Order: sequence, then C-alpha cells, then structure tokens
Amino acid sequence: MDALTSLMDGFGTALTPVNLLWAAVGVLLGTAIGVLPGIGPAMAVALLLPVTYGLDPTGAFIMFAGIYYGAMFGGSTTSILLNTPGESAAVVAAMEGNPMAKSGRGAQALAAAAIGHFAGGLIGTTLLVALAPTVADLAVDIGAPDYFAIMVLAFIAVTSVLGSSRIRGLASLLIGLTLGLVGLDQMTGQQRLTFGSLQLADGIDVVIVAVGLFAIGEALWVAAHLRRLPAEPIPVGRPWLGRDDVRRTWKSWLRGPFIGFPFGAIPAGGAEIPTFLSYVTEKRLSKHQEEWGRKGAIEGVAGPESAASASAAGTLVSMLTLGLPTTAVAAVMLAAFQQYGIQPGPLLFEREPDLVWGLIASLFVGMVLLLALNLPLAPVWAKLLRIPRPYLYAGIMFFAAVGAYAVGGEVVDLVILLIIGLIGFGMRRYGLPILPAVIGVILGPNAEQQLRRALQISDGSVTGLVDTPFAVSVYAVIVLLLAWPLLKKLGALTRRSPSA
Amino acid sequence: MTTRTTDIPDTPSDERRSWLREHSELGVCVLLLALGVLVLTDALTMDVDLTQRGPVGPKTVPVVVGVGLLVIAALLAVDVLRGGRGQAETGEDVDLSEPADWRTVVLLTGVFLGAAALIEPLGFPVAGALLFWGAAFALGSRRTDRDPLIAAVLSLVTYVVFNNLLGVPLPGGPLMGVL
Repeated sequence: MDALTSLMDGFGTALTPVNLLWAAVGVLLGTAIGVLPGIGPAMAVALLLPVTYGLDPTGAFIMFAGIYYGAMFGGSTTSILLNTPGESAAVVAAMEGNPMAKSGRGAQALAAAAIGHFAGGLIGTTLLVALAPTVADLAVDIGAPDYFAIMVLAFIAVTSVLGSSRIRGLASLLIGLTLGLVGLDQMTGQQRLTFGSLQLADGIDVVIVAVGLFAIGEALWVAAHLRRLPAEPIPVGRPWLGRDDVRRTWKSWLRGPFIGFPFGAIPAGGAEIPTFLSYVTEKRLSKHQEEWGRKGAIEGVAGPESAASASAAGTLVSMLTLGLPTTAVAAVMLAAFQQYGIQPGPLLFEREPDLVWGLIASLFVGMVLLLALNLPLAPVWAKLLRIPRPYLYAGIMFFAAVGAYAVGGEVVDLVILLIIGLIGFGMRRYGLPILPAVIGVILGPNAEQQLRRALQISDGSVTGLVDTPFAVSVYAVIVLLLAWPLLKKLGALTRRSPSA
Repeated sequence: MTTRTTDIPDTPSDERRSWLREHSELGVCVLLLALGVLVLTDALTMDVDLTQRGPVGPKTVPVVVGVGLLVIAALLAVDVLRGGRGQAETGEDVDLSEPADWRTVVLLTGVFLGAAALIEPLGFPVAGALLFWGAAFALGSRRTDRDPLIAAVLSLVTYVVFNNLLGVPLPGGPLMGVL
C-alpha cells in the first residue's frame, strides 16, 4: 500500500510541534470564523493569504485546511442557535437544528452536528487518501490541451451550475478574466490594459482581488444594510447525546459522507446540494416523521452536517489532483499555491509529497482537534455571536488593508483594493455571484497560457485542443452542463404532452 | 424578482425617475459595455509584430474577452428590460427591508482612503488604529472610552506579528522610532 506509507510519512510531517500548532490555530480560527456572522471561510483564507509571505507552504496549507474544516463545523452552530446560517453549507442545519434548540434540545443538536462533522470528515478524508493518488496517476500524462479543457470546465461550471442567472454568472466571470489580463503578457511581455502605468505592469495581485471582492465588498455591502438589532442567540449548555439519540443518528452520520464526498469533488457548488440531498434522504428514512419541521428531528442535523464535512474532502481531491477549484475556498487556496509558485495537479503528488501528505494527515489531526475542542467549547463559541457588529466589520476592513499592503508595501495597492471592493459591492447589489470573478482572475492567465501552448504544439490547428481522450471527455461534460437546462425543458415538455 | 411599485407617479419626470430606479441594473450593462470597449481598444491598438510567438499572440484572448463583455452587456440589458432582476445578496447581518445606508458606505470609503494616505507618513500602527476606530465609528460605534483602546491594541499586535514574527515588513513610522 503505497498510499498508506505516504500517509504515515505525512503524519510524521503533521505531528511536528510547529505543524500541530498551525493545525490547532487553523481549526480554532476556522470555527470562530464559521460561528461569526459575515465572515465565511473563503474570506478568512483570503485575509490570511499574506501569511504565505512569511510561512513555509506546508504550515500555511495545514492552517488553511484547518480553517476550511473548522468553518464547516462552526457554521452549523450559528444555524442551530440563531437560525441564520453562517455559510451556505449550513442552511440545511437551520431547518431542523433551530427548532430543536427552540424546544430545548440545542445541546443535542450541537452534539449531533459536531459528531456528524467528525464522522463525515473522517470518512471523506479516508476516501481522499484512497482516491487522490489514483486520480493523480490517471491524470499524470495530461498536457496543455487537457489543462485548458479542465479550466474551461471550471469556468462553465461556476457560471452555469451556481447561482440563479447564467448571464450574471458570465458577467462576473468576464470581469474576473479582465482583471486577470492586466499586466505583462506571460509569454511575450506585451503590456495589456496597463495604460502605461508601471504599477499595473506587474498585474493586479490575486491577493488584492480576492481580499477586495470577498472582504471589502462584503464589509461595504453589510454596512449599507446593517441590521439595527442583531438576532439573539438561544442560550445553550454543553453538547451531549443520550443513548436514544445515538441510536437514531449513527446511520445518518454514516450515510451523509457518501452523498457529500462525490458532490464536493465535482464543480457543483460545494456543500449546498449534498446537504440538501442528505436532508431529503434522512427525512424519507426517518421513523419520527412527526418531529420534522416542528420539534426538529435530530437525523436532519446529523446527516447533512456529516455530508458537508465530507464534501470538503471531496473538494480537496479535485483541487490537489487536477488543480480544479470547485468551491470559493478551494479557489482561494489555489491562489495561495500560486503565491508559492506551486502548481496543483497530478504532478503535485510526485513533486511535493511532503506537502500533500502532510496536508492530508493534518486533516485527520484537525478533525480530532475539532471534536476534542468543540464539544466542551460550544458555549464559548456561542458567545462570539454577541460581538458588536461595528467591531466585526471594522476588523474585516482593517485586516483587508493589512493583507493588501503586505503584498508589496505600496499605497496604490490599497486604492486598487478599495476599487475592487466597490466592484464587489456593486456585484452583491445586482446579484452578480462573486465566485466566477475570483475563478476568472485565478485561472484566467493560466488558461490562456495552456491554450497558447496547446496551439503552439499543434501549429495553430484547433484540433490540437481536442486530440486527447481526456480533453474530449471533459468537453463532453461541458456540453452536457450547457445543454442541461434545455434537456430539462425538453423532459418537462415530453412529460406534459402525454397527459395533455 | 419583479416587484412593481403600486403608487402611480403623477408627472412624466417622476415617471421617468421611478422607471430609472426600477431599472437601475441597466447601469451594470453600461459598465460592462464600457469595460468591453476598453478591453477591445487596448487589444486592437496593441503593437504585436515583434512579440508574436506561436499562432496565438497576446491579442487573441483580450479580443475574445472584450467581445464577450459586449455580448453579455447586451444580453443582460435584454434580461433587465424583460423584467429580470439580480437578487441582492442576503446575509446574517443584512437587512434588505430598509433602503441602502449610503452615508455609512461613503464614510467607510473615506476612512479607508484616509488611512491609506496616512500609512506612510505616520506608520502602520497609527494609521491602522485610525482605520479601525474610524470604521467602527462609521458603523455606529460611539464608545469613546473603549473604541480607541481596542483599535490601538489590535493595530500594535498586528504590526508586531507581521513585522517581527512573520517577517512581512510594515512601516513603523515615527512612533515606532520613539518606542
């Protein structure tokens, strides 16, 4: 078992005191961020991108992964106690978890969620260990045309699977691609969209774009619509589960990951769809139908939360083996890889085994830490919900400024940051999703390079883009994605016509 | 989301204004259009004779993006005129039932720009503290005893962590020179 020995080596990396510290910092920070309203894991990782200037890559990614898992964990706390989901992944947890808290079973809801996250993360990460090296092996020969196809898939998927409007998704993607164009052309040194400015010739740093869109944009948007009276969280004690509850939930914990993991790996919006699917499954299988939607059914918390954690593991499979980001967090982590000059993809497992396996092993460590820390700390986390909102959003502005200034020590970067933040504000106002723009900035320049390389090899012939089976299958998936709404319409029509 | 206002405007100018407010999303189309024109102009005025390497030069992708922006601007305009609306983002602290509070947004922007201007003459610890305090003030916090204290501590700690622990240099300014 090659993967197992590598994993053992990974534990060697992850269990060094320094990396253990980063894992602990990551999960604590992640949980706090998940609990705090207004900050999502993507914004948190974006705000922390400047640490990549001072930290070694292994430590940084161990921390980022801890934030990702921790935020999933913390998000459900907000859902259950406040009925306002902190992250999109935690929407479902509010549906059964909040009624449970209202009827005095908040402690059980929190415990079901916490153990669900542990189970989901454990199973999901095990699947990651089993599958990722295989995927990487299969993909190890892929060349420029294949990379280009994967990136086109990422572009199409974020614009057409997520959000309600494809036009607005595409508009957002194009804004991102435009920002990515600014600077010197990587292959020829030609200036593009620099308007003769030396500052712009270096391009706009991905950190500034990510922080601007996620952090400044969000802070300004909330500032314009700040709720006068923040909602009051339901007070709760230490989470615990009785024997009856465990008997009801253990199957849900085990079912969730197998719904969550595959959805995390494909570009279909991360945890939103699988948590909902898990919810529906649990509801159908439940023996306590009378509790659903009234008192709150504990299975409806356990299953979806376990699915959410497993989807995070699935996301890491695509990001590490193919360089394909399927969620906003993965996109920002990809930006961090770029900061280090590391290209995630099939070769990552060969070139950076210490980093990859250290990261994967730290996920297991992080999960144990999360469970051990968070069951006793839940009442403390709940206090975070009372933080005065002016401090919270002033803090976001402050750290955004630190991040942008740390990029190059230039005041101009702060001005660019604010402009991008205002773009992010406008996008939130008019329903343009943020993720496509971020993916456009991060993958756009790379996609262009792969495209040009592929065409150089084929001497300008477009067939050079589709001459591998891998690329052809990716394009087939893209066509399917694009045709999906049409197919659905057709399906609806044919179903309707016989009855009419 | 096609909510129509029920009150009937009585003068043509009122009517036009409320039509414009209803269709303010057309402004996004105008911006996308302008961006598209900008990208296309930049791409087409590029002088690439010397730098062209390979069949696809530095012009091709900007041209595709520029044309894409123009097409999307048009499609979005059609969608808006047909009654389509982008859904404003919701959130835990977001209350969309009240009109946007522009004063806070302008204040925050001003505070941010002010801090950016001060970071070099006064150094990061001072400018950062002013940024936090100012932003908290703009967002409605009026605790003159607590706010500046939190701001100063946060700014100093961040400075030390980045400058001394992480090795990311931040300007200390005259204050750090004294300490």
